[in-house]
Formats: sequence, structure tokens, C-alpha cells
Amino acid sequence: MFTKKNILPGFNLSLGYTILYLSLIVLIPLSAAFIKTAELSFNEFWEVVSAPRVVASYKLTFGASLIGALINAVFGLLTAWVLVRYKFPGKKILDALVDLPFALPTAVAGITLATLYSAHGWIGAWLELLSIKVASTPLGVIVALTFIGLPFVVRTVQPVLEDLEAETEEAAASLGANRWQTFSKIVFPAIWPALLTGFSLAFARAIGEYGSVIFIAGNLPFVSEITPLIIYIKLDEHEYAQATAVAVVMLVISFLLLFAINGLQWWLSRRNNSSY
Amino acid sequence: MAINTAANTLAKSQYSNYSNKVAITRATSEPVLVRRLLISVVIVFLGAFLILPLVAVFTEALRHGFATYFAAISDANALAAMKLTLIAALIAVPLNVVFGVSAAWAIAKFEFKSKSILITLIDLPFAVSPVIAGLIYILIFGMQGWFGSYLFDHDIKIIFAVPGIVLATIFVTFPFVARELIPLMQAQGKEEEEAGLVLGASGWQILWRITFPNIKWGLLYGVILTNARAMGEFGAVSAVSGHIIGMTNTMPLHIEILYADHQLAAAFAVASLLALLAIVTLIVKTFVEWRVAQNAIHNESI
Repeated sequence: MFTKKNILPGFNLSLGYTILYLSLIVLIPLSAAFIKTAELSFNEFWEVVSAPRVVASYKLTFGASLIGALINAVFGLLTAWVLVRYKFPGKKILDALVDLPFALPTAVAGITLATLYSAHGWIGAWLELLSIKVASTPLGVIVALTFIGLPFVVRTVQPVLEDLEAETEEAAASLGANRWQTFSKIVFPAIWPALLTGFSLAFARAIGEYGSVIFIAGNLPFVSEITPLIIYIKLDEHEYAQATAVAVVMLVISFLLLFAINGLQWWLSRRNNSSY
Repeated sequence: MAINTAANTLAKSQYSNYSNKVAITRATSEPVLVRRLLISVVIVFLGAFLILPLVAVFTEALRHGFATYFAAISDANALAAMKLTLIAALIAVPLNVVFGVSAAWAIAKFEFKSKSILITLIDLPFAVSPVIAGLIYILIFGMQGWFGSYLFDHDIKIIFAVPGIVLATIFVTFPFVARELIPLMQAQGKEEEEAGLVLGASGWQILWRITFPNIKWGLLYGVILTNARAMGEFGAVSAVSGHIIGMTNTMPLHIEILYADHQLAAAFAVASLLALLAIVTLIVKTFVEWRVAQNAIHNESI
């Protein structure tokens, strides 16, 4: 393979503008958070980020995000499967609606979920009969984070399922595999990387989520208070250094996750290219 | 004879049963019962998580009738919030469109080192909590921030004012146009642009006459999605706005205030406008995907 000279114009201009705009809007402002944290000594930093109320919020945020992402992995895979493989009335509308959590403002989602799951709400009233309380409990946080992450698994798995060749499944069947064996041995290995990517995206999105959670969560310290809210409260009290310290912990974790997701996608695209 | 006919019928019915079975459970599909079960589970899941909330927004908004609904959305503070939301979107969306086209041009049409790092950096705002997005601008432009005293001396307000809201909105909607365009332009390659260049077109002519017509549907969805996210942003805007009613309140912040004040019908009335925007966004997305599929079929037939 030989490399030919690229003759298209505008490389310096477009890349230069991209890097300038990226630096001004994203990179320099984000670096402000790390510089601000340097104002604290390590002991002060540690005291802020390991305070019991803050630690309780990490556990809730990461725990609820993980459960929400797992729920979405299961139901997202199922949704993608049903939308790709089966025909039923209303399928097109359901397919279009999957992106709703992505397009609906979080504050709207927040007050709607809070109303639906309140003790008198359409869903909350039924759960009340089973004495399950969702509003103002960690369960409420999980509900909101499941809603927020819903599109990701469906939208990463769906195109992979659509591209799967029917021949491999037919071959498996003709060799005597039953449907479950075909799924677990043939289909699942092909879609699990997409499933993992969708799961990580839903998880990453859930960790930082604020608007849809705070209305249904009730925000009780040590019970249903998420980490972004802790940052918000510290901001409101003008404790900027403390707010930034907690933010830096979240930023580092989010960045690691993002790099892991992009690394995963890069690895997958290489693996797919080399297999053809 | 009679026995013979009965045997025939039996054989026929067995055969038709068999052929029915074959038709229903092909080797690469599931038994009809399993299919119905899976479809039902998905409908219940999506019904509870997507359809019910959407129906609830409009039901709650109209609970006290149309008069209350229209009073809520024509209230002076609601109108001020709508105006500010429109202003923020009108500034943030074009800026991010210019960035998105520029980034997609550099990334899709050229090869350079550390491209994958650049793509990851463009995705960064997506992984940052909106509250942190607000916080970082306070650290720079707030009273105790980097430029705090300079801005104070020159009587420029960014935080707790409109510029801060616009900045926070730009940050949270930063990646969407670029993310939409990069894969699209990578898939289209650069032969058409090179042909234009060889025929003597200038760089801008290539962009206007060749690239834009090719990416217009993807760009349209990128714009609509960026707009929906810009108008709906809550956490980042909430952190920098200062919640000055009638001054620095966007629609989502106005919804929060009404909700906290137990004016549920009014809160949902304003929320229903944003929900309509979300529905329009989904319709445009479906339409764009249909257009792209049509184009693909059209191109294949050529």
C-alpha cells in the first residue's frame, strides 16, 4: 500500500480552529478545576473527598449507575433483538421512542418520574400496594438512571444485530444446534462487544446525571443524595475549593471510563478490520 | 374406501400440521410463544419507561384545563424564560455547528497523528457531569475566579448572567454535531471533493457545493439534537444562573421553581413545550434516517 498526497485544502484551518475552540471551551476550563484543587493541601483535599456524607454519595452514585446500566444491558439487548428480528404493530413508533431519554430535557424527565412514582402517582400507587417505596429512596435514583441510560445499549447493539449474517445461524441450526445454543454460541459472541460499549456509555452517562435524579431522589443525606448534588450544594455555599475537590474525583473517574470506552471501540474496529 | 379416505385425511392433516410448524419455527427464529413473550416484555418495559412518562407530561399539564395551561405558558416569567432559552440556543447551536463541521472536515478528510485522542477529547463534555460544567466556568469567571476582579472592575457580568448560561450551554452540547458528522463524512470518503478540486473549485466552493449537499441530513439531525439539548439543559445552567426570576431563568429552571412551589400544572405546562420539542427531534431523526436509507438504495441502484 502506498500513501498518496492529500490534495484537499483547509487542513490547517479546520484542525487549527478545532483545537482552538476545544481548548477555549473545554480543555482550559476543565484545567481550572485541577488548578483550583491545588490550592488545598493533600490533607485538606482528602478530608473533603473522604467525608462520610461524600463517601455515602459515591456509593449511591456508582452503585445506582451500575444497577441502572445492568438493567439497561438486559432490557436494551432484549429491545434491540425484538426491534431487529420481529414484526409487530407499533414497532416503528417504539423504535423512534427509544431515543426519548436523549432528547427529553432532564428537568422534564425529573418532575415526570417524580410524579409517576410518588405515592399517588400512576406507578407509585401500585407499588405502594406492594409496600415498595420509590420516591426519596435509592430505588428512585436507580429508576431515573435507568431512564437516562436506556437508549445507549439499544443503539449500540441494534446495528450489529442488523449486520449479522443469517448464514452462520443457519449453519449452526443445520449442525443440530437448538435456538438457545445458536444464540449463546453464535449470536452473543458477535454482539457482546457492542453490548459492553453500550453498557459503559450508559454507566458513564448515569454517573454525572443531575437533573432527572434530584426530583425523584428526595436528596436525603446518606440515603438518596448523589455526588453531583454534593458539588451543587457546596457551590451554593460558596465553598468553591471543596466543590472542586469532589468534582476532581468525579472527573478523574469519568475520564478513565471515557478512555476505556474509546479504547474498547478502537480495539474492536481493529479486530473487525483484521478479521476480513 | 372409507378407511382409505380417513387415512388420507389423517395424512393430509399431519402434513399440514408439519408444514405449519416448519413455517412458524424456522431454523433461525424462535418458537412463536417465545417471540410473543419477548415482544410483550419489551412493550411493558418501554411502556413503563418511555410511553407512560410522555403521556404523564401532557396529562398533568392539562389536568386543570386549557385555561390554566395557557395562563401558565403565557405568564410573564414563563415568557422571559422562553426568551432566554431561545437566546442561549441561538448562540450555542451555530457556534457548535461551525465547530462540528470544522472538526469533521479535519478528522474525516485527513490523516494525522493522535486523531483518536482528538476524538476522545471532543467526547469529553459528554462524560462530564453538567454540574461540573457549571462549576468550571465559575472558577474562571466567578467573583473569586481567574478573571473575577478584572470583570468586576470593568462591570462585566458573566456568572449569574446571560453569558454564563450561554457558555454552559455551549459546553454541554459541544460534541453532538461533530459526533453526528464524523462517521458520516468518513463513510463518504473524499473522491467527490477531490474531483471538484481538480475541476478548479475553491475550498469554500467544495464545502458549499459538494460536502454540504452530501451531509445535509446528518447535519440537520445534529442541529436539531444540539438545539433540543441546548434548550433543555438544566444542571450546568442551574449552577451558573443564580436563579434570578425573570432575568436569568431558562425554561428548565422555571420548571424547577414552579415544581418546588407546588404549582404542578404550571410546571408541567412549561415542561410540555419542551416535551413537544423532544418529540419533534425524534420525528426529525426518524425522517433523516429514512432519507439516508433512501439515498443508500438510490446509490446502489446506480
